[in-house]
Amino acid sequence: MDWLTYLSFGDAGWGDELLQGLGVTLALALATLPVGLLLGLLVAALALFGARPARALALAFSTTLRGLPELLTLFIIYHGVGMGLNALLRWYNPAAGYLELSPFIAGVLALGLVFAAYSSEVWRGAWQALDGGQREAGQAMGLRRLTIFRVIELPQLLRLALPGLGNLWINLLKDTALVSVIALSDLMRMANIAVGTTKKPFLFFLVVCLAYWGVCLLCECLLGRMERRANRGYRSGGAAA
Amino acid sequence: MMDILMRFSGQLLAGAGLTLQLTAIAALLACALALPLAIARCSERGLLRWPIRLFVSFFRGTPLLAQLFLVYYGSGQFRAELSQLGLWWFFRDPYYCALLTFVLNSTAYQVEILRGGLRAVPYGQIEAGVAMGLSRFNQYRTIILPNAYRIAFPALGNEIILLLKGSAVVSVITLFDVMGQTRRIFSQTFDLSVYLWAALLYLLMTSAFVWLWHRLELGLTRHQRARQAPSTATSLASKRVSAGVSP
Repeated sequence: MDWLTYLSFGDAGWGDELLQGLGVTLALALATLPVGLLLGLLVAALALFGARPARALALAFSTTLRGLPELLTLFIIYHGVGMGLNALLRWYNPAAGYLELSPFIAGVLALGLVFAAYSSEVWRGAWQALDGGQREAGQAMGLRRLTIFRVIELPQLLRLALPGLGNLWINLLKDTALVSVIALSDLMRMANIAVGTTKKPFLFFLVVCLAYWGVCLLCECLLGRMERRANRGYRSGGAAA
Repeated sequence: MMDILMRFSGQLLAGAGLTLQLTAIAALLACALALPLAIARCSERGLLRWPIRLFVSFFRGTPLLAQLFLVYYGSGQFRAELSQLGLWWFFRDPYYCALLTFVLNSTAYQVEILRGGLRAVPYGQIEAGVAMGLSRFNQYRTIILPNAYRIAFPALGNEIILLLKGSAVVSVITLFDVMGQTRRIFSQTFDLSVYLWAALLYLLMTSAFVWLWHRLELGLTRHQRARQAPSTATSLASKRVSAGVSP
């Protein structure tokens, strides 16, 4: 069999299985994104405006999670939350059977926490880079606080945070590969299974790499467009254009 | 909690040794490789630039785990050929495969970081060197490289931390680094606290490194602070932010 047959769709090849795996990978990344973004925004808000203990907590959260390997975070969540959930279930109903935490949910939680830790720093940096004069201009025009946030601060926050968030999104896409280790049927694991039967590891892992590479390049291209759009109306020495 | 630590501290420390060893060797080799590649990447000739761009883009655009599998398992597909070349002992060993993968991966990131550093060297300084009649080599040695490395220094530190954290994936190919030891201990005891000790160990390693790197950075930039002695406090604070772990 040549390599085209291995990658063909249908019963003989692994093309459809790999594509399915890619779908799971993308679904995981897309499901994690809102969790990480919102949690990150919350942590950033705590770090910027919280009371002293809340501020310390937010800082500890982002420092700790940024210092841990993503794989370790994933295992802590997968086993820790799984055990906690079961203990809770047993306490509620001693006769209950063992509940397996789905790898997908564990992945969303773990990668969401990591994304939140990194993105909180991005949000914080963007907030601090905002020009205070703009807020004052809004106040001088008699806008309400909420309106100032909505029409003046938020759009600029997004513009300033976009490059950092874009990098994090690419990292997130790549980190999803780790979830295959706890048996999520993503692209990586599908390739592992295919290798198990076909004994063609180089072919399949090369295809996996190319698939990730393609997705990352596509995202970079899209992010570049988004940045250009967010920066319209700004003139600068080529960096923004 | 404590008894786990007492029972398995030896294994965890041995794991930390492997983690640090892999990270240090890979980072140093990558550093040596990245310099010529970064200079070539900045050169005018497209013939040199394109392969390097492709290399950097590939290794930055794919997961480390996939790269590791490609090298370690993928080489198995060419076992006969590799044996013939006398290279099979290298690709059979997960340690060497992990090292090779990390070197290639880190080189890609370091090339990109150094490129930024090289491009940020003020042009006036290079012109000054030219005006003084320095050879191309001496321009690099005395002006361009010291400047570029100083500019790239915080980012290089971040990259090494990412490598240290990323090295946890070697546990998947049966190496017993901190992560590998932790997974083995957990499978024996089903005690969650071992994960917390491992987390503490990783945090210790990363924060020790951040501290060390910050000290080195202070040494590299001491001439820039000497002139503005009164505002040392503020410049220190801003340096600390730049030496953080953020990407």
